[in-house]
Amino acid sequence: MIVIEHLSKWYGKNEVVKDFSLDIAEGESVALWGPNGAGKTTVVRAMLGLVAYQGRIEIGGLDAATHGKSTRRAMGYVPQELSFYDEMTVYDLLDYSAALRDIPTDRVDEVCELVELTDHAGKRVRELSGGLKQRLGIAIALFPDPPILLLDEPTSNLDAKSRDAAIGLLQGLRAEGRTLVVTSHHVEEMAMLVDRVVAMEEGAIKVICDPSDLAEELGLRAWLHLILPNGSDVEALRVLHNQGFSAKLNSRGLLVEVSAQGKGEAVAALQRAGVVIEDLEVWR
Amino acid sequence: MTAAQIETVTERLQPSLVGVIAGKEIRDAVASKWFWMWTVAFAGLAAFMAAAALPGSQVAGFGSFGRTAASLVALSQIIIPLMGLTLGAYSIAGQRESGALRFLLSHPISRSEAFIGTYLGLAVALGATVFGGFGVAGVITVAQGGGADASSFVRIALLSWLLAISMLGFGMLISTFTRRGNAALGVSIFVWLVFAFLGDLGVMATSVATKLPMWGLLVSAVLNPVEAFRLASLTAFSGSLDVLGPAGRYAVDTFGDQLGWILFTVATVWAVIPTLAAWARFSSGGDV
Repeated sequence: MIVIEHLSKWYGKNEVVKDFSLDIAEGESVALWGPNGAGKTTVVRAMLGLVAYQGRIEIGGLDAATHGKSTRRAMGYVPQELSFYDEMTVYDLLDYSAALRDIPTDRVDEVCELVELTDHAGKRVRELSGGLKQRLGIAIALFPDPPILLLDEPTSNLDAKSRDAAIGLLQGLRAEGRTLVVTSHHVEEMAMLVDRVVAMEEGAIKVICDPSDLAEELGLRAWLHLILPNGSDVEALRVLHNQGFSAKLNSRGLLVEVSAQGKGEAVAALQRAGVVIEDLEVWR
Repeated sequence: MTAAQIETVTERLQPSLVGVIAGKEIRDAVASKWFWMWTVAFAGLAAFMAAAALPGSQVAGFGSFGRTAASLVALSQIIIPLMGLTLGAYSIAGQRESGALRFLLSHPISRSEAFIGTYLGLAVALGATVFGGFGVAGVITVAQGGGADASSFVRIALLSWLLAISMLGFGMLISTFTRRGNAALGVSIFVWLVFAFLGDLGVMATSVATKLPMWGLLVSAVLNPVEAFRLASLTAFSGSLDVLGPAGRYAVDTFGDQLGWILFTVATVWAVIPTLAAWARFSSGGDV
């Protein structure tokens, strides 16, 4: 469905995507994962013809460089930076997008309802919160009912509740057999959304793996910040050290280094030793 | 929808898509306070100049209509380039800066369709301002019994619109080279100063310093699009180029009745060249 061969992108003397090659099958869901500046967004923009590039990108058998209109017609895109025409109303923006795609205007109401934007359809885009803008981005991407969705950090501006709703929506789209290309920082989210993860670093592919293997493949670590009752932190530190964890005291509790997929092990060890945990946070 | 169902659409220019984009630009212009500010300012000044040209008086060899036309040419050569340049300069750079251009070009449209739609929408908006201003001035002139030569008046209005879209083309060319709207505006104001003021002084200084021959002086004058417009407009309503001194008389003697058409063609070429250059640059596929 999507074939990327030897994609390279230079900004001045800086090569931000280096010899990137990837095949994505029809109906497959793939995440591009990596830190800021890894080149994920540039790959997505190259697929849309928004940046000049070297190499070849084929979408549904068509060269994206020479068949840009046809390949963009097959793709819905949720950008990372949600920049639309701020003075337009939500309805007018969707109507404009519909006209550019030659889609009947009836679909505007349908999509507004799907992403719960109906109550905000008369608002100007600049009046929308980050979360509502994200929903608008998803609405525009879903508009043409495309076989391919490019989602650049699709949940980055959403609160926990909206994020759950968006993930549910995207899981539904995946189940319908659409091809998804998602960029995300969230390992847990990717496990729910994708079949494969392409980890990128400094523009190059570092590893391609199953999402559940990503943390192990890359040796990802996290810190648990545990808030404990007064006086129990020294005992907790002893228990964790005995169990082989790296842990240290901080001003408000205890910090424990854990693997990204093994956060429960430290908590379980403390519970077995009878140490009460009042609260916890995960730091990455 | 599956891979087998990916529709191929024509990669050629689709007038319907150009129309959608142009329509949005026109709606944006109508909703813009800048557009109304320019329109009211131009119409107001044109009305003032038409009203100030009292019937029956003779100044600088022109009758009342001639003086109205001469005043409108003087007004147009200052205000219209500023309007066209700033509007064009902000068009692409402003959208690029806000990220809206990325949104637009992520749709199944070509860059040519985006460019031409934007250009046509702005050209229509500029036309409304220019023809509105000339319309107001024309009505006042006729109401004062100024004996307006309608065909000359229309020719000057048309030339003013040509000047407007020429400057729009220059503005859009500037816009394709800049990533920030304010930077594009700054460059466009500098270019306006060069066209409206410094260019003229440059020609004068060069002619004095190098003792340019008559034809050289004429050519160097029309190398400035604003000056080309002024000469074409003066020829349109007075039939002479006395304001250019000996070079003007040389032009009339050499080209005779064809002079008006030659200058009109020069003004048209100035409307086309920067627009084609901007189109070529925008469509070349650079980063958005």
